Amino acid sequence: MSTITLSVQFSGGLETLFGNRTAHTVALPARVPVDAAHWAASPAQPGSEQAGTEAETKPVDMAYLLHHLRARALTARPELFLEHGTVRPGILVLLNDADWELEGEGAALLHDKDEVVFISTLHGG
Amino acid sequence: MPPKNCAICNSARAILKRPKTGQLICKDCFFYVFETEVHNTILEAELFKPGDRVAIGASGGKDSTVLAHVMKTLNDRYNYGLELFLLSIDEGITGYRDDSLETVKRNQEQYDMPLKILSYDELYGWTMDAIVAQIGKKNNCTFCGVFRRQALDRGAAILDVDHIVTGHNADDIAETVLMNIMRGDIARLGRCTSICTQGEDTIKRSKPFKYAYEKEIVMYAYFKKLDYFSTECIYSPDAYRGHARAFLKDLEAARPSAIIDIIHSGEAFEIKEVVKATQKLQQTCKRCGYMSSNELCKACTLLEGLERGMANAGVTDRARKRMDAEGPAPENLRTIPFFQQPNGLRRTEIAIAYTPSS
Repeated sequence: MSTITLSVQFSGGLETLFGNRTAHTVALPARVPVDAAHWAASPAQPGSEQAGTEAETKPVDMAYLLHHLRARALTARPELFLEHGTVRPGILVLLNDADWELEGEGAALLHDKDEVVFISTLHGG
Repeated sequence: MPPKNCAICNSARAILKRPKTGQLICKDCFFYVFETEVHNTILEAELFKPGDRVAIGASGGKDSTVLAHVMKTLNDRYNYGLELFLLSIDEGITGYRDDSLETVKRNQEQYDMPLKILSYDELYGWTMDAIVAQIGKKNNCTFCGVFRRQALDRGAAILDVDHIVTGHNADDIAETVLMNIMRGDIARLGRCTSICTQGEDTIKRSKPFKYAYEKEIVMYAYFKKLDYFSTECIYSPDAYRGHARAFLKDLEAARPSAIIDIIHSGEAFEIKEVVKATQKLQQTCKRCGYMSSNELCKACTLLEGLERGMANAGVTDRARKRMDAEGPAPENLRTIPFFQQPNGLRRTEIAIAYTPSS
């Protein structure tokens, strides 16, 4: 299978950066170039095998998802989502309902039908 | 990575790394340790006694929503014997507070607690929308902060409660410690880590989440599927706090225990008696009866400025002098209703009169 489909959710105010939509369905290639420098050059085309032909590939991971969300889903103020190549401090990330810190953060591998939740803690209480 | 087991029960899948300890724990153990830590905080500080009437300052946001849930859980589990109420302040901010109050109204049903909503409009005759329309977005947080503090106390008096609990968490307190250090505000630095504040004639206020990490509060709300509202206030956020907050979040990313470490440092500061003595003596506002460090309390000064079209009078000393030079407040000036303390004394007498025979 060349693509995987994820359910991605934004809450805690983060949805305002993603077109005010909480629930998103995201399709990613199952394998992506190892070298992140190739990501921008070959944006994910679901179903496309091209990504695999030029460079060495690896199974898709959270770091790639962040890159994809920033490039494809983000509608405003990227600095409020990503900082230094990862989510901004104060944003919680859950992969299949577990803190992504347990799964290796950016290195956590993604599989078909995985659920990813981003929650901002930065809004008033 | 293979799933790891919970460090406490050793059987279920770990879903959370505790920022305070680095421990990996499962969902059920997380609920249990989170609630138990709040319970221990409450016991150690002796915050309540049986029969207390306690208002939860509820904004509809994550902290107060989780606080309402945890207070209800602990009150039932450990038989605190508290009567719990929800107290919300409606600042009159269209598109912000009106939406979050809907959340509080749902909380009222979910938690089966009586709810009192007190609005700036009924208390001061001004909504924040109207204030911002007159003074702009600069300094409006000063009005909102002063008005909210007094409104909470007045709401508590209306509910006749002994105590207000607020959802301030460990991150909030660590931010305040940092802000007071950066501003050089030594007197506030000495007070800001207290779990409970009670002046001579003010209603007791405390922060049961003093040691609870924001991250865990949000995780708790997520896993319990609690209903909360998260939107930034539409009238400029507190910029100074924003800097302290961003800095603290960077510290936490580098070392998660930083938040609790900063609180402990704040608690360890010894403030000299000389500094404490420079604080003004508390008196009663001659216009509205609320406690004040001047003849007129801050809210009355701000309100008079608004009413006389000199809104800055309550913000700066210079503008205050200019307003005073214009003459005394007009007779028909709108004022805040006179403040009545909740009648704690009355209940004490009842308690003494009712001595159960052994």
